[in-house]
Amino acid sequence: MNIIGKDIPRKDAELKVTGRAKYIDDLTFPNMLYVKVLRSRFPHAMIKDIDISRTKNNKGIVTILTYKDIPGVNVVPVVLMDQPLLAEKEVRYIGEPIALIAGEDKEATEDASHEIKVEYEELKPIFDPVLAMKRNSPKIYGKDNVFSHHRIRRGNIKRGFNECDIIIEHRYTTSYQEHAYIETQGMIAVPYEETMVIYGSMQCPFYVQDAVSKILGLPYNRVEVIQTATGGAFGGKEDVPSLVASQAALIAFKTRRPAKLIYSREEDIESMSKRHPAVIHYKSGVTRDGHLNAVEVKYILNAGAYSTLSPIVLWRGTVHAVGPYKCPNVKVDSYATATNTVPCGAFRGFGTPQITFAVESQMDELANKLNMDPIEFRLKNILRKGDRTVTGHLIKDSMELEKTLKKAAQIGWKIKKEESKDYIKRGIGVACNYYGVGLGAGGKHLSKAGAMVSVLGDGSVNFAVGTTEMGQGMETVLSQVAASELGIKYEKVSIVLTDTTRVPDSGPTVASRATVMSGNALIKACKPIKKSITDIAAKMLGCAPSKVKLANGFAGFEKKRINLDDVVSECFKEKRIMSAQGWYKAPYTSWNKATGQGKPYFIYSTGTNIAKVEVNLLTGEVLVKKIVAVHDVGRVINPQTAAGQVEGGVLQGVGYALFEEMDSRDGKIQNTNFSTYILPTSKDSPQIVSVFVEDPYPEGPFGAKGLGEQPLIGVAPAITNAIFNATGIRVRDLPATPEKIILELDSRQGKF
Amino acid sequence: MIKIKFTVNSEEREIVTEPTRTLLSILREELGLTGTKEGCGKGECGACTVIMDGKPVPSCLVLACQLDGCEITTIEGLSENGNLDPLQKAFIEEGAVQCGFCIPGMIMSAKALLMRNPSPTEDEIKEAISGNLCRCTGYTKIVKAIEKAAKMIIHHG
Ligand code: FES
Ligand code: FES
Repeated sequence: MNIIGKDIPRKDAELKVTGRAKYIDDLTFPNMLYVKVLRSRFPHAMIKDIDISRTKNNKGIVTILTYKDIPGVNVVPVVLMDQPLLAEKEVRYIGEPIALIAGEDKEATEDASHEIKVEYEELKPIFDPVLAMKRNSPKIYGKDNVFSHHRIRRGNIKRGFNECDIIIEHRYTTSYQEHAYIETQGMIAVPYEETMVIYGSMQCPFYVQDAVSKILGLPYNRVEVIQTATGGAFGGKEDVPSLVASQAALIAFKTRRPAKLIYSREEDIESMSKRHPAVIHYKSGVTRDGHLNAVEVKYILNAGAYSTLSPIVLWRGTVHAVGPYKCPNVKVDSYATATNTVPCGAFRGFGTPQITFAVESQMDELANKLNMDPIEFRLKNILRKGDRTVTGHLIKDSMELEKTLKKAAQIGWKIKKEESKDYIKRGIGVACNYYGVGLGAGGKHLSKAGAMVSVLGDGSVNFAVGTTEMGQGMETVLSQVAASELGIKYEKVSIVLTDTTRVPDSGPTVASRATVMSGNALIKACKPIKKSITDIAAKMLGCAPSKVKLANGFAGFEKKRINLDDVVSECFKEKRIMSAQGWYKAPYTSWNKATGQGKPYFIYSTGTNIAKVEVNLLTGEVLVKKIVAVHDVGRVINPQTAAGQVEGGVLQGVGYALFEEMDSRDGKIQNTNFSTYILPTSKDSPQIVSVFVEDPYPEGPFGAKGLGEQPLIGVAPAITNAIFNATGIRVRDLPATPEKIILELDSRQGKF
Repeated sequence: MIKIKFTVNSEEREIVTEPTRTLLSILREELGLTGTKEGCGKGECGACTVIMDGKPVPSCLVLACQLDGCEITTIEGLSENGNLDPLQKAFIEEGAVQCGFCIPGMIMSAKALLMRNPSPTEDEIKEAISGNLCRCTGYTKIVKAIEKAAKMIIHHG
């Protein structure tokens, strides 16, 4: 039986349903200290004085550290190196870390954190990402508060619009989105002889290793990072765990004792990264026959006080700024600006959900203006094999957007023409999206991955990779890949904890890249071992190695079968290679910074969402009844896990569309808990029909591309387009809360 | 400090503790039962759900002074001699687990539901777990798993 493409139960499920899986807060070490972070209460201020003299001697308090105690450099390394671990003279957002307190128990540490007096001198803050670029606004980064700017220039924008018959231009805004992983951030740093060992919840152990070594002034080989079971991440544990780990590590380094730091929910929401709020000006035009001919975009992200990942989030958003469509004349300018707010970062979709909301709203409106069915209109414009993207990338492989669109339409596209008189209005909406898999030209030097495979004497297998499991199912999918490659039973294959000492730096677990990158590295690692097994099996079976078939625990030749365990044991007697490393380097990508032309990603996943909604005209509430989600992600390795990714992504998209709204006033987030920041519950979950069209990607492991982020991206615009279809209300500011719908309805009373 | 006597997973326990200490903290830090998780500490996420005298409760809101004489079941008490509870089996089979952090609480809420209502409707299931936040799964497979577990229990007793 081939196990690729099968619903194999998850490797980690039993541990998790029995409560035996070990998350970071489940671990303790002898003599362990508890750490608490003292944070800024002002969005922008000078620190005049920190008075720790009294608190230092509190019962149970072991040490209090400030930036002066950092032995290495006071910087959290991401892209631009502008963020300190602990503020020195100036604080730039509410929640910025100032000092670290370590104590024998949680309570003493917590109490001390309230007693420390910090004397501030307030400075003028800036909160608005657009005003931040104005000449007279307070400067918190460089001369213009712009962390990063990207552009695309294609064709002739002026002529392009002149040729159009219909042009529409609108402004869109989107809100923060909180990751709301149910496990908050947490780390334990354990000094062990000359090495600092870090355990914790994270996506990117190699980022953490880099950060801790910079802060402590230690070489990489003296910092070992081990990922523990991670209770959700969604991008929110990409870069910020570097801060958490460095905070714990500094205490551990100074006290030579294990140090545990678990963020409270409030602290996590207040100070950790989120999806960037965006302001988007979008102008697009079509010819009468329905061809998209010109697009001009200005895309602004509120990056917050430090740049963190914003330059690359912005870059990805820029690349995807026209959506999965052909367009000969394009001008895109994008900016990530500095404000005195919490730094934003990676969140599932990485800069594309915001822009896709604008793209797909415009497409819907253009179809409407053309009097054309939105699906038919998209079919005229979508990318197919042989087309060029707006960055000039000629698509050669796996691009089945058309199939996803047609399949979704076939399952769920029926526009009701007759108007129901009722106060409940029903509507349907569609949105397409595409997503460059992997880091692409924006993170080229990280586009690599390693794997280590070891077949042991009894025929069981251990493998290690440098990417991480955070709930998405990587462990299971990669176990399927290794088992299938070696012909060994799935049950005998297991992954070891991701640990920086086991595999070379494999870059981050982001950008839906784990399956392709680690999968390919794993296949390469299996190669020499497979050769050992095949050679010996051939001898035992009395045939040529090329005739041996390995599958499901057996080696076979014609009608003869022998147990692989026996072959493995023979391999050991013969001293054959039974463990090996694999290395995979991503295919070529390129980017011209001045023109925005090139091959930004090596492959794209694509998808179509159709949403069915009911809008209550009395309350303004929107109920999502059904989402049809059709995705093209190459070959699907585990349909059940893949469907799980879609269902989870869809519901995050529903939250993003309708109720996840962060109330930030004067730089202070008001809703720092789950009774005020509203997450979708079981009752908000619509019927989700998830379907995959499979067009194998020749470079991917068994033909797979990437999936993780795709499912969320197109959901919000599909819903807002459905709201338009139901009511004629065009929502241009996410989320589409009942208040906004009611306001709109009020402002045009009498229309229904 | 108070002395309390209560039962955890059918085992008698007697501890001396602060009256305001939470059940969650007692379970995790005093008794080493780390299967019960903390997601908010404020009764808003359901990750810490345990069964107290037959009812699902957020253990982060239950204080030591309310515990005397109570009977508590946690996720660790669900499988007997290594035999998984039908809910645990169904969660595995249906692929209802992703990061897993919400799962112990989710399963305890579902267990309490099935104890009082052996064949719940889809809406009743959704209602019963509406206080358990899951950020990964979209709840679809969780609801299916609970439906399946209910059937397993009815068919096999
Ligand atoms: S930790 Fe108890 S409800 Fe969240
Ligand atoms: S499985 Fe991750 S929160 Fe539910």
